[in-house]
Amino acid sequence: MAAEDKTIDALSQFELGTVLGPIGASVGFSQSNAHMLLAAGLITALIMFGMSARAVVPGRLQSLAESSYEFVHDLVVGQVGEEGKRFFPFVFTLFMFVLFGNMLGLLPYAFTYTSHIAVTFGLAAIVFVLITVVALMLHGRKFFGYFFPEGAPLWLAPIIIPVEIVSYLSRPVSLSIRLFANMVAGHVMLKVFATFVVLLGGLGAVGPLVAVLPLSVNIALVGFEVLVAFLQAYVFAILTSIYLHDAVHLH
Amino acid sequence: MAEDDGFEQRLRQARTRQGMDPPPTSSGGLPSGSTWGVGFRAGVEVVSALIVGVAAGWFLDRWLGTWPWLFLLCFVFGSVAGVLNVYRLFTPRNVARK
Repeated sequence: MAAEDKTIDALSQFELGTVLGPIGASVGFSQSNAHMLLAAGLITALIMFGMSARAVVPGRLQSLAESSYEFVHDLVVGQVGEEGKRFFPFVFTLFMFVLFGNMLGLLPYAFTYTSHIAVTFGLAAIVFVLITVVALMLHGRKFFGYFFPEGAPLWLAPIIIPVEIVSYLSRPVSLSIRLFANMVAGHVMLKVFATFVVLLGGLGAVGPLVAVLPLSVNIALVGFEVLVAFLQAYVFAILTSIYLHDAVHLH
Repeated sequence: MAEDDGFEQRLRQARTRQGMDPPPTSSGGLPSGSTWGVGFRAGVEVVSALIVGVAAGWFLDRWLGTWPWLFLLCFVFGSVAGVLNVYRLFTPRNVARK
């Protein structure tokens, strides 16, 4: 669609539209929601069908389910400690949802729901509310001591406390911007180089030869994007665990 | 499951004896990616702190009608918080904790 009018239109891939015909249009059911449901279904299917065999020597699907479980389990226990096990279901859900969103978005015709800041900020806001509630429940009023480190001179309080509050409030913002910006940047680059392929390919006799260059860049980019998709899900999960560690231990 | 645990333990001992397992590294921090990745992360930290600071100042000003003083003050707080975030990003967490 971009090549027809010889312009690079890299942002239309993030536009929301409704799916499922008039029913979807009447309730505002977008392709983003459809992909979220798809991801949730795939994750549930992976765990349920993967673990239905319960074999001692796991098959392919079971070992995928087990290794994803153990990966997140080690991450949570390593960061939060033994008492972090109760947050494992939360972090696992979050990790798998972000991972499947990123990975599904790399498939042709798919939509990346993690490329919308509304979605990533929604997830980050859930994390933020959780860590605040956990810290308040475990430590009560002592939680507010977090904003003023012990031993600091008292006359610095008017500076330290607002700075610490802003720093604490910036956690969900940085968490969501990081994921959103990485996904958007990757998909824009893919789209731009893909448009180059089409534009250069139509350039007469030498066109196809020159078009090989952006095509090879795009092939490398797809591999890179798979790495970024995994890495960003991992970063999201590990930062959640670090924040949970802060909430539980309140150093 | 006692059998399995015993097997795991013996396997681990055997692996350690043969030097097959690398010594456990401190799994403290985030994956340290490329230079671009580090720069991007630092940038995100600064920008998000600034966004929070500016937004807080702007809304407080609109609420209290003190434009532009709280906005300017919170902008400074946001900048300092951004620098603090970047400082924390590069300080090893385990050292900073204790």
